[in-house]
Amino acid sequence: MRIFVTLALFLVFTPAQADRIFVSNERGNTVTVIDGATWEVIKEFPAGLRPRGITVSPDGTKLYVCASDDNLVRVFDTRTFEELHTLPSGPDPELFVLEPNGRRLYIANEDDNLVTVVDTETHAVLAEVPVGVEPEGMAISPNSAFVVNTSETTNMAHFIDTQTNTIKYNMLVDQRPRYAEYTDDGKRLFVTAEIGGTVSVFDIAEDGKPTEAGKISFEVPGVQTEWLQPVGAKVTSDGKWLFVALGPSNRVAVVDAVTLEVAKYILVGERVWQLAFTPGEKFLLTTNGNTNDITVIDVAAQKAIRSIPVGQQPWGVTVAAGIK
Amino acid sequence: MKALCAAFVFSLASIWSGTAFAAELRAAVLRIDYQKLAPISRFEKSPTDLAFAGAALATQDNQTTGQFLGHKFELKTVSTTPEKAKDALGSLRADGINVIVVSANADDLLAIADAATDALVLNAGAPDIRLRDVDCRSNVLHITPSNGMRADAVAQFSAYKRWSRWLLVHGSNSADKRLADAYRKAALKFGQKIVEEREILDTGGSRRSDTGHVAVQRQIPVLVQEAKEHDLVIAADASDVFAPYLPFHLWDPRPVMGSAGLRPVSFNPASESWGGTQFQSRFEKLAGRYVTEADYDAWLALRAVGEAVTRTGSDDPTVLRDYMLGDKFELAAFKGQPLTFRSWNGQMRQPILLYDGRITATVSPQEGFLHQFSPLDTLGLDAPESKCTAFKGGN
Repeated sequence: MRIFVTLALFLVFTPAQADRIFVSNERGNTVTVIDGATWEVIKEFPAGLRPRGITVSPDGTKLYVCASDDNLVRVFDTRTFEELHTLPSGPDPELFVLEPNGRRLYIANEDDNLVTVVDTETHAVLAEVPVGVEPEGMAISPNSAFVVNTSETTNMAHFIDTQTNTIKYNMLVDQRPRYAEYTDDGKRLFVTAEIGGTVSVFDIAEDGKPTEAGKISFEVPGVQTEWLQPVGAKVTSDGKWLFVALGPSNRVAVVDAVTLEVAKYILVGERVWQLAFTPGEKFLLTTNGNTNDITVIDVAAQKAIRSIPVGQQPWGVTVAAGIK
Repeated sequence: MKALCAAFVFSLASIWSGTAFAAELRAAVLRIDYQKLAPISRFEKSPTDLAFAGAALATQDNQTTGQFLGHKFELKTVSTTPEKAKDALGSLRADGINVIVVSANADDLLAIADAATDALVLNAGAPDIRLRDVDCRSNVLHITPSNGMRADAVAQFSAYKRWSRWLLVHGSNSADKRLADAYRKAALKFGQKIVEEREILDTGGSRRSDTGHVAVQRQIPVLVQEAKEHDLVIAADASDVFAPYLPFHLWDPRPVMGSAGLRPVSFNPASESWGGTQFQSRFEKLAGRYVTEADYDAWLALRAVGEAVTRTGSDDPTVLRDYMLGDKFELAAFKGQPLTFRSWNGQMRQPILLYDGRITATVSPQEGFLHQFSPLDTLGLDAPESKCTAFKGGN
């Protein structure tokens, strides 16, 4: 009995605030919700057809999901998981990036060679920017001056001036660029090329102008180089470590973001796709499309510590901090 | 009215002449249509825009990229007969077109290549091994996988499954016999054993009449009965006479691969892997139908050229050819790895999809078949085997 009481007290006094992890399941048409403290799956809820890109508003209250085959963005309450409304996205939205102030959403329309700019408050489409073939990766500079889109068949990173919504710079990269990621200081940009097997590194000038600074390539003994396909990437806020998901090689590369040398490969689930840090960058989460789970990596130790089963073919992952 | 038209044309011309493009690629698809019987399956009926639709999509893709670099891509599509092929080529050349995707049989392809030695010819249709071997030409790059690559793809999967005893059933026409030969070589290369061969004569019979299946149902089992013990039936039927009937009319219940059952193809409309869904939806939106191998091959040919234009900024066929054969060239084409060219015979390296008509069952090269340079070179003629000398001293 006493044990029971203690347990009950413990439950009551567990901090009410917790991080919530949201995973989009591309084939399951759902989002899986995981408690960031216990790693327990709280819920799996329907999220429209072919949910891929997924992100949280800066205040942590809204979850945005690209429902690719519904041709719109669905917006959910991060506490109740209820659908609040939808946003127009243009056809086949795959990935998007939210302005740091939460106002504008920049969406890559994979089938139509466009980036659609949507106002999250008025729900209006502000602009459609023509880009290369099969736009996918989306990044925004920390000062919001530039949005970078990568086009998978054109093999470019397009730098869109957010004042005018027109392309200011085009940089060729290797085959099938998937993802773009700025460092927090905005001075560097990483672009992964899935089929090229490389990550292009750009130095970014004060005015946003990119200059190619180098290329990262990957090698794992006993693994065919064709399998080392860079997809998702995340850089730590101090700009020191870049984590790169290597798709069908089932590994995440840990790259020294200064020397551009690979320090380590961490074995995770199969077909590792996108990555997200938990708040404070204690953990890195990876979606593993073929094993239908996510892997939790201890960032400081650079080690995989557990995997959590989610829905069918997990694609994207995002974290809402301190949900009450 | 005529004057107005003329004025309009003139104004367009002045606009064009006013715009200088850094590179301006004018390419054509030259397709030779042959007299032949309708396919056994009406699913395989040739659409009128066969190969053209794939080429149009590639040109659209290239132009979308070209707009950022000041490159312009134009496409002309011509379908002709074997008799009129020379004239068709002549007018394309007179038009200043020197990058030509050819969909034709081996003899006609060679005639075109030899009549246009300063043009870059891309073979999208002829799978004959000799074109990559003794009959190679330095101005011809082969996009379509050879029969050797296809047969090797099947043999690797057969080895992986350990279904290594083959009954080889081939047709009686010369193309069937050449295909059968590719399977004999593949069996030898990958340690598979042909326990017996059977030939099915092309008697020009009623292969597709309403009651055809009644006769087929009686004839096929008889033709393949009492064969030595085998694990797998390999069909070599380039003429499309009997293979589709094999899977369910055999004497012994065995899987069929080759010209029926599990078929080695460059692409298929079910392929969704490696971003394939995007390609399928772009193609279907443009063409209003499913993609065919011929369309994919034509798309691949012009995308390869487009990639070379993007990277070199040139529209000169020699510069493009050299770049495509060089170490820097690579192309993503919805097959999960970069495609490149063999510098010794101009064949594009690529995985082969094994397709059952509904899904891609597997993709070769199979895991474990290694090569000192690229696993893709386990498919088809490798450098030491190829008797091609036209690329000698190449890259």
